[in-house]
Amino acid sequence: MPVDVDIAYVARLARLELSDDELETYRAQLGVILEHAARVQDLEGDPHVEATHTLGLENVFRDDVVTASLSRDEVLAAAPEARDGYFVAPPALET
Amino acid sequence: MTPDGPTIVEAGRRLREGKTTAVALLESVLDVAQLTEAIVHAYLTIDREGAFASAAFADEELANGRDRGPLHGVPVALKDNMCTRGVETTAASQILGGYLPPYDATVVTRLRQAGAVIVGKTNLDEFAMGSSTENSAYGPTFNPWDVSRVPGGSSGGSAAAVAIGSALGALGSDTGGSIRQPAALTGLVGLKPTYGTVSRYGLIAFASSLDQIGPLTRTVEDAAVLLEAVWGHDPLDATSYDGAYPDPRAEMGRGVDGIRVGVVRELSGEGYEPEVETATANMVDRLAGEGAEVVEVSLPSFEIALSAYYLIAPAEASANLARFDGIRFGLRIPGPTTEALMSATRAEGFGPEVTRRILLGTYGLSAGYYEAFYGQAQKVRAAIRADLARVYTDVDVLVSPTSPTVAFEAGARVADPLAMYLSDICTIPSNLAGDPAVSVPIALDGRGLPIGFQVMAPALGETTLFRVAAEVERLAGFTARPVIDLVAS
Repeated sequence: MPVDVDIAYVARLARLELSDDELETYRAQLGVILEHAARVQDLEGDPHVEATHTLGLENVFRDDVVTASLSRDEVLAAAPEARDGYFVAPPALET
Repeated sequence: MTPDGPTIVEAGRRLREGKTTAVALLESVLDVAQLTEAIVHAYLTIDREGAFASAAFADEELANGRDRGPLHGVPVALKDNMCTRGVETTAASQILGGYLPPYDATVVTRLRQAGAVIVGKTNLDEFAMGSSTENSAYGPTFNPWDVSRVPGGSSGGSAAAVAIGSALGALGSDTGGSIRQPAALTGLVGLKPTYGTVSRYGLIAFASSLDQIGPLTRTVEDAAVLLEAVWGHDPLDATSYDGAYPDPRAEMGRGVDGIRVGVVRELSGEGYEPEVETATANMVDRLAGEGAEVVEVSLPSFEIALSAYYLIAPAEASANLARFDGIRFGLRIPGPTTEALMSATRAEGFGPEVTRRILLGTYGLSAGYYEAFYGQAQKVRAAIRADLARVYTDVDVLVSPTSPTVAFEAGARVADPLAMYLSDICTIPSNLAGDPAVSVPIALDGRGLPIGFQVMAPALGETTLFRVAAEVERLAGFTARPVIDLVAS
């Protein structure tokens, strides 16, 4: 059976402003895909999951050496709007 | 026309014999692009100016006795999800339209140091999400072997360019088969190296624990040339491997006598085209005829690898793609608040497949569903690694088809995401395990479409992988090239 997804809630979490038609399409498609994906629950046994790299690399700190980085102007050049060395964005909260 | 350009190794020989120049090689691939781009659409950007400057510089260096090795002066292409300083990099998404990266990806820096001439940036499924290159925001790529069909994906532009000869080799990226499957569908060699051996710095991230850059080339030896140029430890990638690297050429040409080959039982049967299965079985017989010890092996967890992949990859993608928010780069749709701006920008800027995968990943990570979906998928991943570790005590390599089918008709799977996802069923286990795997072309089917043969090896097993791949290539003797009707479409 297709999985029932509260698609409007998921779209809000993902910051995607979708129309009602789009939400319905994705709700139906996700239901079918997740029905297939739910086969992961058929796994026999309970293997121990280690959050490790394929080659067993472990987290290390790099040496604390100053190196060149991108200039502020170069980074801001890609921004849709920048002013006085800052990114410009509308208020985070409605006023 | 039928492409008649050289392989990378042949081009290098002609350059050093003084029979061609880097500029002439570049001109010839650009001539091919000029004739074929309207039909196959392999490229999103051709950097004529930059490429001619590099080619002229390469000729000058070679004339002065400065030889940077086998890629020096050779024209290659890059999938457009690798950052190139000052050259538009879009990941085939509207959300990055016009983006000029302020830096080069490590693989780009290394290609330049090797003297390669970067022709341009090739088409892909948006953010590398897809198996047909139909999900590009800038229009699909078509398969040079039959332009009514897809080239596979997501590195379909890189595959089409090398198949038709508008580049002599290319880099792609492989998250669930995105190098190997298009290589299979276009008659090329496609390699996904061991995870951590090629730097991901400057690769626009899709699923960080799975993504790996690798070559698409006409021959196994060309793949070794490109691999050797780009791999190696990079302090800019925290997942980069800093131990000893295998030598891909060490055992090439030694044949397969005594090599233990496991045929994966789970990668056959329903959904596999009969001609693909026959060609695969014939190659296995020929390997046995050369002294390989062939056994059938079973890896039960492979049956649910696809399900695990379509939870893990979208989960990582939903996190990685959070950075496309309309604030720091790319598209912006204005809104009264930051959240409104972000939600409008992302809805406008992402195409349907990317939107679908972000939603899927967000759902799988959300409270109440995390354990049943993402958490359980990670257990499947652990089970796949355990299954492989068990099997690799008895065999040296595993083999299977690369793709259950040959190239399919454009449009055939667009409306059915699950059918499209099944294209990757043979390639996904190597990504989940982090192991290297390669596709080698072995035959054409009755319609003249290429069939790829996959060889898989354990992590850092590239020496054996290239040994077996080179023997598969020799036994197959695959020399066919596509014939493209220039008045078509």
